[in-house]
Amino acid sequence: MSIDTAPTASATALDASSGVAARRDILRRVLMTIGPILAALVIAGCILLAVGVDPLAYYGYVLEKGLFSPLGIQQTLTRMAPLLFLAAGLIVAFRAGMWNLGGDGQFLLGAVTAAASAPFFVGIMPAWLALFCAFVVATLVAMIWSLVPALLRAYQGVNEIITTLMMTFLGTSLANVLVKLVFRDPGTTVPQTRTLPVEDRLPRLFDTTITSGLLFGLAAIVIVHLVMTRTAFGLKLRIVGANPRAAVHAGLGVPGLTIGVFAISAGLAGLAGAVDIIGVQGNVRADWNPAYGLAVIPAVFLARMNGFAAIGFVFLLSVLSIGGESAARRLGVPNHFTLVLVSIVLIVLALAEYVDHRYNQSRKA
Amino acid sequence: MTGLFSEVFLSALLFGAVTAAIPLLLAGLGEQMSEKAGVLNIGIEGMMLAGAYLGFVGAFYSGSLWLGFLTGAAGGMAVALVMALLCVRIGLNQIVIGIALTLGLEGLTALLHHFQFSRSYPRLPAPNPTVIPTLADIPVIGPAFFKHHLIVYLAVALVVAMGYLYRRTQLGLNLQAAGDKPAALDVAGIDVIRTRTIAVLSTGALAGLGGAYLANVGAGLFIPFITNGAGFLGIVLAMLARGRPVWVLFGALLFGVCLSLTTAMQVAGINIPTDVIQMLPFLAVMMMLVLFGRRASLPAALGIPYERGAR
Repeated sequence: MSIDTAPTASATALDASSGVAARRDILRRVLMTIGPILAALVIAGCILLAVGVDPLAYYGYVLEKGLFSPLGIQQTLTRMAPLLFLAAGLIVAFRAGMWNLGGDGQFLLGAVTAAASAPFFVGIMPAWLALFCAFVVATLVAMIWSLVPALLRAYQGVNEIITTLMMTFLGTSLANVLVKLVFRDPGTTVPQTRTLPVEDRLPRLFDTTITSGLLFGLAAIVIVHLVMTRTAFGLKLRIVGANPRAAVHAGLGVPGLTIGVFAISAGLAGLAGAVDIIGVQGNVRADWNPAYGLAVIPAVFLARMNGFAAIGFVFLLSVLSIGGESAARRLGVPNHFTLVLVSIVLIVLALAEYVDHRYNQSRKA
Repeated sequence: MTGLFSEVFLSALLFGAVTAAIPLLLAGLGEQMSEKAGVLNIGIEGMMLAGAYLGFVGAFYSGSLWLGFLTGAAGGMAVALVMALLCVRIGLNQIVIGIALTLGLEGLTALLHHFQFSRSYPRLPAPNPTVIPTLADIPVIGPAFFKHHLIVYLAVALVVAMGYLYRRTQLGLNLQAAGDKPAALDVAGIDVIRTRTIAVLSTGALAGLGGAYLANVGAGLFIPFITNGAGFLGIVLAMLARGRPVWVLFGALLFGVCLSLTTAMQVAGINIPTDVIQMLPFLAVMMMLVLFGRRASLPAALGIPYERGAR
């Protein structure tokens, strides 16, 4: 009997103090995020100690450069722009149950397309329209690139993990070939595309060095989040993700939706590349591959494909990568330590989520 | 251009292809085992790096290549142990942990290399090949295929052994069932967690061995990020092979030839970016999938008898 009464009792209690409970829930989530990050910093600190680096100095530099110095925080926010687009693309795909692991290839092709087309468009039309056209072309190229895995998955049932992984290897090589053979700037000895003049790039925000791409990125991820959670189209995609067979029986055109999901996801990855080039880099050098996708994929999972949580994780990644670069330089450690730090943060966060889940379950039971 | 297709060049090309294929073969066979048991092992790149680093350290300080292979396999297994604990035992997300392990070991091995070897870049002496009598005397083919280190022949023999394991043994069936219908395996009284743990640990050992071969025999030294996506190629091979070890071998050789061709063209001074050739194997496989996609999906349905056997 106690099992029957317990939920009603707690439900009434919840009604009475739902505001308090909601606040407590948010507080708990924040604690469950910050606690593991601190724990991860301690573990990573032990590794630093082991190789003879003062962890407090290292973290001090990370925070100083990544978060607290005016120039550093601007770099951090600028770094967020492409990561937000990538995260938005992954949220669409993962919520629809499609493992698009080809983000890096789509990103690079978008970047190369933008780098090649922007200087061309700038020559023949007003700057704002030129950038807009470059963005559109980059998005389209990335979308077309995703068509093969999408069609194979939609009509042949070929696993998309393998096809997107292969397409990402192909895309990385193809991007290099394009830079070295087709779009190479004849004026330089190093193989790279023509450099977009700074005044033609995306405007900076106000008087800072932050790219306005950040705003587009934030808009993209919020829109994606709202579409996926608040619209009929988003619901359709989530049904496909939860149970493709049930989706067929519900009368949804699963093949069409599959192709749509791939197009949106890849298009956003292509936009990420375009934003990085048109906003920040200005050109693509041969063999340039920041491999952002690999770090963003686990972050999106940890955010449980929630757009707002993903913004938080992307911010954390950016602080760690910008701050880590600076700290490594100042302390004479190779920058590779940032990878170790990110890895430990991801694992501890995943563990914390598991512990939290188990704790909640045992309390309910 | 005449020298390009000479006998020596051709056998060097094929020799290089085999050398490049062995790490892919070992990674692919390992990944295949995990996937059979139902674990998508994205951390295999990290396991290979751990194997490459520890394999090199073992071989460098002991002077024995075999001890290096042993430490390499142990290193891969250590990473796999983390994966098994986190993903099999307590069921964390395999993609998150897999990518995190890969990132972490990329960083960790590069860091250790920086503090240990970055000033001297020590190399291992060239390995002693095991020459197979008579066969090695065949022109072109002999020097290409029968003058390798002993571990190469063992790796190829492993393909046969794996085929036997999957088709003829109880453990093989258990692995298959753990991936196809773990509940049924559980009902049959066999511990799914243990079966999957065995699979993941074996994957780690094989990937580590592959990494150690890459560093100790393929390159003769360890450099950061030496695997350069070989683990991910292993995932691709395992998925393309649809549970058959022999297809992993064919796939690994295809990719090996292309990788070897890249080096050969650089040596020959041909002025095409190596990226063009690196695209070839992927293009070939994608074409195959586009053309035979439907036919290739048939064996997936043919996998059902295995499940029945496990019941």
